[in-house]
Amino acid sequence: MAQREVVVASSVGLHARPATLFTQAAAGTGVPVTIAKGSDEPVNAASILAVLGLGVSHGETVVLRAEGDGADLALDSLVELLSQDLDADEGSS
Amino acid sequence: MTDTLVGIAASPGLAAGPAVRHDGAADEAVPAAESVAEASQRVRDDLAARASRASSPEGRAILEALVQFAADPELVGGAEAMVDGGTPPVDAVRTVAARFAEKLQSLGGYFAERAPDVVDIGERMVAALEGRAVAELPRPGYAHVLVARDLAPADTATLDVTEVLAIVTEQGGPTSHTAILARGLGIPAVVAVRGARDSTDGQELIVDGDLGEVHIAPDAALTTALRERENRRRSRARTVTGPGRTKDGEAVKLLVNVGTLSDASAAAEADSEGIGLFRTEFLFLARQDEPSVDEQVEAYSHVFTRFVGRRIVVRTLDGGSDKPLPFLGLGDEENPALGVRGLRTAVGRPEVLERQLVALASAAARTGGQPWVMAPMVSTVAEAKWFAAQTRAAGLPTVGIMVEVPAAALRSRQLLAEVDFASLGTNDLAQYALAADRQQGELGSLLDPWQPAVLDLVATACAGAAQIGRPIGVCGEAAADPALAAVLVGLGVRSLSMAPVAVADVRALLADVDLSTCQRAAKAVAEAPSAADARQSVWATLQA
Repeated sequence: MAQREVVVASSVGLHARPATLFTQAAAGTGVPVTIAKGSDEPVNAASILAVLGLGVSHGETVVLRAEGDGADLALDSLVELLSQDLDADEGSS
Repeated sequence: MTDTLVGIAASPGLAAGPAVRHDGAADEAVPAAESVAEASQRVRDDLAARASRASSPEGRAILEALVQFAADPELVGGAEAMVDGGTPPVDAVRTVAARFAEKLQSLGGYFAERAPDVVDIGERMVAALEGRAVAELPRPGYAHVLVARDLAPADTATLDVTEVLAIVTEQGGPTSHTAILARGLGIPAVVAVRGARDSTDGQELIVDGDLGEVHIAPDAALTTALRERENRRRSRARTVTGPGRTKDGEAVKLLVNVGTLSDASAAAEADSEGIGLFRTEFLFLARQDEPSVDEQVEAYSHVFTRFVGRRIVVRTLDGGSDKPLPFLGLGDEENPALGVRGLRTAVGRPEVLERQLVALASAAARTGGQPWVMAPMVSTVAEAKWFAAQTRAAGLPTVGIMVEVPAAALRSRQLLAEVDFASLGTNDLAQYALAADRQQGELGSLLDPWQPAVLDLVATACAGAAQIGRPIGVCGEAAADPALAAVLVGLGVRSLSMAPVAVADVRALLADVDLSTCQRAAKAVAEAPSAADARQSVWATLQA
């Protein structure tokens, strides 16, 4: 089981465009990935509804987990994504 | 003889044209989807096709987001799991969609705004499972009045503003999805019109978004009268500019509501006398931690810079209730609208407010802007006094309170003795005066700002303010309704804050009436037995 902790950098949190980009990337890895916040139950990282339902805010830490071939690579790419301000084009005015 | 249907005025203006009905999924039968997965696929294909024909980039983005919801593996997988357990597919889809919608609703703010979309997707999948095709909005190829049961979020994304002259719906209230959309587009709308589709089918209509009326097959006299009213308004709206005033010169400040940094940039260009309500929540929502003072100073400076020399009314953080914020450390509440919200959140944890006041003072010093700072949800003299002391100590000399709780309206003289100004929040005032939850769509008619009881409270608040010479304004849906604006001026209100799109019409109507006419309109409301009667008699007064 591969696991990463990452602080969400997007200024609106995991909502709107950042949430869409993240779930699409998670689905695109081809590996089942979960995302969890605090002590909450981990949810399917490829589900936009489940990810929105976590209510992840800017600056919060989430835990990503995956298993099997390609798990480490998949998580590294998702960590990189969450470390960027994905809605920078909206929030920088 | 013209038949007239009465509903709730949801977006002002008049428009005439033929009715075109939109029945959603009512009639067209198609083979039923045989599984949840097939229903999901059908909804995705349908929405993707609409996205490719969307009338605007925003519309396309909304539809593409809905496609992603319809494809959601947890929505589809969760429903399939229930079907495997013996639940009928339709119930399974509705249950899982409702669960996600409730979850989003409970998160508040931006997250809660997506809840109706999830319900819409669920209903589209149910239609596929039941063998109903979800009809697209009609595109008859000519200008028309759209008459529907209600509009779904996906419908609004494809609305063609070049063809839709006005909107009439059978459901919805003054703060419903349809109403907000119509006001944003500047299209007249009347909602909650019972039986609208059947009674208007194939008829010529005049939609009166000011009075909340739909005239069917209007006769020549009515058509001429209404057309004159609209022409006069339009030519006025084009020609009257600058500071707001009545025909006889009584100054009424026309201000705009600002809720984001991009709102402020756009509003700075508008012909207005400043900001009447700067909602600061956008900085705080969807965050785990409070924004730093530096971050706040940056944001406030961005806004103040654009309004130096104009009025800037800032409302301090309005958290709690439908806008839960983790760093305020609030617990769950049975009745959040009656709970720890607005200024009440600062009683237990004043540090968040203190830091916001420091940031506001620092942004004022940096930019030369002179913010008037007011607190939301003030109910007692003690609260007003406490807030005034905090704010003045932070170096912000002009302090105010929102009047949105009936207790504050009834005792405005005593509360205003502690501060410099007040602003009436008519949306919450209606919610509390009529005991009607703003989130509860069925209660739309009770939340009508024309409710005489709400306007009685406004009158009482204005009288109290006048006794000690304090200015009082309005920042709520009421200020954006031109006829109601005249009533408010008649009651003693001297500043009105609204969405920028509404300013020109309000300015035009005020320029056309004397203060004494506004005062007669206010008297007419006091005598009216209902919101609809109040509207009628005010329009009669204004046109006399």
